[in-house]
Amino acid sequence: MASIEGTILDFRRLDQLATGGTSLHKIDARAKVLVALIFILSVVSFDRYALTALFPFFLYPAVVLALGNLPADYFVKKVALFLPFALAVGMLNPLFDREVMARIGPFDISGGWVSCASIVVRATLTISAALLLVGVTGFPEICRALERLGVPQTFAVQLLFLYRYIFVLTEEGARSSRARELRSFGGKGLGIKSYGSLVGHLLLRTWMRADRIHMAMLARGFTGEFHALQPSRFGGRELLYLLGWSALFIVLRLRNVPDLLGSLVTGAPR
Amino acid sequence: MHMADALLSPAVGGTMWAASSGTIAYCSAKVRKELDDRKVPLMGVLGAFLFAAQMINFSIPGTGSSGHLGGGLLLTILLGPHAAFLTIASVLIVQALFFADGGLLALGCNIFNLGFFPAFVAYPYIYKMIPGERPGQARITVAAVAAAVAGLALGAFAVVLETASSGITSLPFSTFVVLMLPIHLAIGIVEGIVTAAVVSFVYKARPEILQGAIEARPVAGPPLRNVLLAFLAAAILTGGVVSWFASGNPDGLEWAIAKTTGKEELKGPQHGIHGMLAALQEKIGFLPDYSFKKPAEAKSESPGTEGGAKPKREGSKLGTSLSGIVGGLITLLIVFLVGFLLKRRSQAA
Amino acid sequence: MSHHLVEAENLRHIYPDGTVALRDVSFRITHGESVAVIGANGAGKSTLLLHLNGYLAPTAGEVRIGDSSFTRKSLPEIRRRVGMVFQDPDDQLFMPTVYEDVAFGPMNLGLSASEVEARVQEALEQVGAEHLRERPPYRLSGGEKKRVAIATVLSMAPDILVMDEPTSGLDPFARRRLMELLKDFRHTKIFTSHDLDMVLELCERTIVLHDGEVRADGPTREIFRDDGLLAACRLEKPLSMQGCPVCGSSSEQTGNGG
Repeated sequence: MASIEGTILDFRRLDQLATGGTSLHKIDARAKVLVALIFILSVVSFDRYALTALFPFFLYPAVVLALGNLPADYFVKKVALFLPFALAVGMLNPLFDREVMARIGPFDISGGWVSCASIVVRATLTISAALLLVGVTGFPEICRALERLGVPQTFAVQLLFLYRYIFVLTEEGARSSRARELRSFGGKGLGIKSYGSLVGHLLLRTWMRADRIHMAMLARGFTGEFHALQPSRFGGRELLYLLGWSALFIVLRLRNVPDLLGSLVTGAPR
Repeated sequence: MHMADALLSPAVGGTMWAASSGTIAYCSAKVRKELDDRKVPLMGVLGAFLFAAQMINFSIPGTGSSGHLGGGLLLTILLGPHAAFLTIASVLIVQALFFADGGLLALGCNIFNLGFFPAFVAYPYIYKMIPGERPGQARITVAAVAAAVAGLALGAFAVVLETASSGITSLPFSTFVVLMLPIHLAIGIVEGIVTAAVVSFVYKARPEILQGAIEARPVAGPPLRNVLLAFLAAAILTGGVVSWFASGNPDGLEWAIAKTTGKEELKGPQHGIHGMLAALQEKIGFLPDYSFKKPAEAKSESPGTEGGAKPKREGSKLGTSLSGIVGGLITLLIVFLVGFLLKRRSQAA
Repeated sequence: MSHHLVEAENLRHIYPDGTVALRDVSFRITHGESVAVIGANGAGKSTLLLHLNGYLAPTAGEVRIGDSSFTRKSLPEIRRRVGMVFQDPDDQLFMPTVYEDVAFGPMNLGLSASEVEARVQEALEQVGAEHLRERPPYRLSGGEKKRVAIATVLSMAPDILVMDEPTSGLDPFARRRLMELLKDFRHTKIFTSHDLDMVLELCERTIVLHDGEVRADGPTREIFRDDGLLAACRLEKPLSMQGCPVCGSSSEQTGNGG
């Protein structure tokens, strides 16, 4: 991961984007979460050599980006950061899968390259889906949606606390880390002993903070149960969103649309 | 190592999600029953701590590279298996959503691989067995290293199994194993040492935090059930992998089997498992093209080559024919246009 | 109105590790009083506060709120009546949005959704934070956090407001705003603070703790005139009583704070 400060800023940015007021933001989180899941399942269910059949799926991230008024360059950069890993993983395929699959003009393309490209495309699609989901929904809303969709309350509430305190603890961690850096005069990285001590201190402070939070909760009448706020509506708009996208994904999964388009255009037999 | 969506088939991903969800539900119920209402804020805040701690690097002596804490074992020591599993799961969820660590389908695998093994296997059966009353730094370190290595090795092996049974990568099983395990052994040693360093620090400063964890206690009953379930899942996956190799490459098969289960002969049952799984695939009509069978078919047509050559396929099925490519380009263009127009509209609004 | 009494009688508290935090503390605070508890770090102030809502139990002696002593049954009601605001607002604001944090208390009281909404609205208005309703806590400034933290307690309609270091970490403007706010409250107020100027302005009575004991308990002005006492307890006069550094006039002439 990048520097701590960079990561924190990134977090905050993504969190901030979720407060946008577009119509997409206003749709109930449950619908958005379910659509994202169906999207990912559809994409991932293709066989290993599917390539152009995946292209229409880019429609979903494109639409979400646009309707959610999210900054394209930010998301493209974030996805691009992850691609080298997908590529590294996919690169193994051309090594092992050398059988030629197709000829385009004078070039032989082996199955390995096709599946490698497929992996990269898949990765791009699924990662975009996840990031965009956070961008138009916000993590706390996602947690609440999950709870309403059946996730145990203990887990969902704990997720909310985690998210809430990441901001606090990453700043504390950054301060400790910076303080150490200022005293290490160019030495690279921590030795394990001083790491144990730095992280140990952070851990102890965290533990004491948890105690204080618990104190504050008790002081306001907490007895072990978390009460839900007003339930949100899952109405016609949400249903339309869910069914519309699901139907599209299923159709795109079952029919290779680019092929159809292409043969229409080129007039070639399928 | 994190699993990636790209390598995962829905069937395997779905199975692991089911396993993870089940474990989350089980652990949530357990933590709730504990009546210690400190647990929920504590879990959340320690998760945030882990998040922050993972951003602080230490240098690994002798290699010049740096590493960071995984934390699964540490959390288990601090919180106990059930709460730790939930915390690890939640950290992974945040990482998957915000940092694209692996992706959402693979999340089920990651939660299981990185959570289950340290919390329910390494900790109760290895870590707790080693230190006695009031252990010193050395014993803690040994315990932590052993547990970390075990946990990571199991996790790594799980990744291999999941990848192999997904059939998306062409990387052969045995090569993968050879790549993964030694690396993870090394990572495990470092993780164990670092975990021990933090644990010792805490033990010296505030021993009461580690009350239940350090002093050796008889291993509690329930985790056994989880372990059995895990072995069952592993057995099914192994069966799937094994059947993948079954129709060809008997040598590679023997080698892989001998290495993993210590047994030579496993021919009989696979067809049953394989057939059952294939039949299951048919039933899930939503995924008609899905290839659990294809690699096996491929293997049976070209025996003897490890890593398998695939038979030529008709170009059009894979979109690599001319019309497919043209269609693909047109599709991308349309997508881009749609996005662009919508964006203009929503910005003007 | 005896049920607004806060009373400690020979209160003694020893921590599990053996530290004697409070030796023998006794006092009686009546309805509507504004009391500051001051003392050096480690004198026992925070420990004392934690007894007031039952978070800590005395090793010896007794604490009474109104007529009730602390039992399992009376705890929830006591915690409603004694609203406690801690020093670090980040510990107090643990929900995803301001609204939910302020609603946490009323919801635990079992109020209906519309009542909760009314309480939250009122509390936010009282501290001047209605515009912060939907904000997550990590996007609030220090002063905003403090105000919202107070709102989280006000929404429970407490009779007694207890605050640990209310002005610590605030910039002068935020501090001034907070002090204006606190002046307006009719509740019984109990503060701990190192901000002796605030104490001088807001609290007519002061209890001085030193080494776990009550060294003085009386009108604030008198206590701050006792140089010997202040020095012995590692304290000083408030700055506004220390004489003007510019023109050199004596402390008696400058007198009031603010």
